[in-house]
Amino acid sequence: MRREFLIKSIVFLLFLVSFVSVAQHHDQSGHHSSPATTANAKTSLKKQIKDFINHHLLDSHDFGLYSSEDEAGNVSHVGFPLPVILWDQEAGLTIFSSSKFHHGEKVAAVAGRFYKLYHGKIFKTTASGAISYDDHHHVTNTKPLDFSITKNVAFIFLVSLLMLFVFVKMARNYKKNPLPKGIGRLLEPIILYIRDDIAIPNIGEKKYKNYMSYLLTVFFFVWIINLLGLTPLGVNVTNNIAVTLALALITYFLTTFTANKNYWKHIFWMPGVPTPMKFLLAPIELLGTFIKPFSLMIRLYANITAGHIVLMSIIGMMFVFKNWIGSPLSFGLAFALSLLELLVAALQAYIFTMLSALYFGSAVEEHAEHH
Amino acid sequence: MEGLNYVGAGLIVIGAGMGIGRIGGSAMDAIARQPEASGKIQTAMLIAAALIEGIGFAALFAA
Repeated sequence: MRREFLIKSIVFLLFLVSFVSVAQHHDQSGHHSSPATTANAKTSLKKQIKDFINHHLLDSHDFGLYSSEDEAGNVSHVGFPLPVILWDQEAGLTIFSSSKFHHGEKVAAVAGRFYKLYHGKIFKTTASGAISYDDHHHVTNTKPLDFSITKNVAFIFLVSLLMLFVFVKMARNYKKNPLPKGIGRLLEPIILYIRDDIAIPNIGEKKYKNYMSYLLTVFFFVWIINLLGLTPLGVNVTNNIAVTLALALITYFLTTFTANKNYWKHIFWMPGVPTPMKFLLAPIELLGTFIKPFSLMIRLYANITAGHIVLMSIIGMMFVFKNWIGSPLSFGLAFALSLLELLVAALQAYIFTMLSALYFGSAVEEHAEHH
Repeated sequence: MEGLNYVGAGLIVIGAGMGIGRIGGSAMDAIARQPEASGKIQTAMLIAAALIEGIGFAALFAA
């Protein structure tokens, strides 16, 4: 009973951490880009596509559906602002709407303090919005701690609420009637699959119930959020390494804190090998415990990021070709790739769940024999 | 030497591709021999493929 409570509190705490780390995460890639003026229209189109893809891969402080540019060069954005929550080292908590930034074009003035959005990061500045640099082209302005509800955080909340709603309703249905109703008919086989084909074979009959809640949560969370990434909403939560880091950390802590003495014995004093080998194996095994969640993090992040980049590049090729052969071809390719991405979205959720179950299984395994 | 890191990444991706190809091929053989074990074989195949894929992506990001 105590262990179950421990698991639940760790999961809850780490979900909280994940929200903070998402808000803190910002990409560095746009840092050194300079407004290159190219006469060639084609290279400028390619640059536009590249910028768009880079922009899509970043988290943002407002929820933009699309933006367009008219002939005069005025850019109009369609979307809605999200709350910005800052912890200013001097003034304390500061909350305002991200519409004050005007998509990074203007300086936001809040209660006599000025903040500027610069390459996706919020800096404290003066009324004129001056940004100063050091020798390495790093911004020297003070940076308040950013706990904003960014686009990614907003979608994490949304998916959490959706899952809560769907699964609580489903659970209530089962109390009245053992037959599933509505969406439960779709989800019951998946849940049973996770229990019978992922949890029980990997963790074992005795202990699997402790981990089922986490495995189901992580599977549906990753799956739904990957699927949302394929909609035109521009959601890209799992392409954020902070999110996958938080998910992998939950798996790591669950493995570490619920492990029995066999697990630690196999790490530090491998049974069944000669004594000199035990000293050699201990550091390797110890490193292995960190590499496992690290590879979980990289795998999910890299798969979804690579999928988005390739898909968007091929969609961008439609505008590069602009003829009757190339554009339909790239459209067809983009369609086929979208279907592949549907598979990848489910597959990555499955692999994350599967490997988590495998690690939990190794942590609670009971060894009677040496091998 | 500039650009050599991309060559290295390419080599690793080729290796990863060959590895995943072999896993898939062997899994097909195994399923053909023992169709009743296809579920277990598929699971093992996916895990092995995912582990190799991790190395491929690590190379891509290092480049």
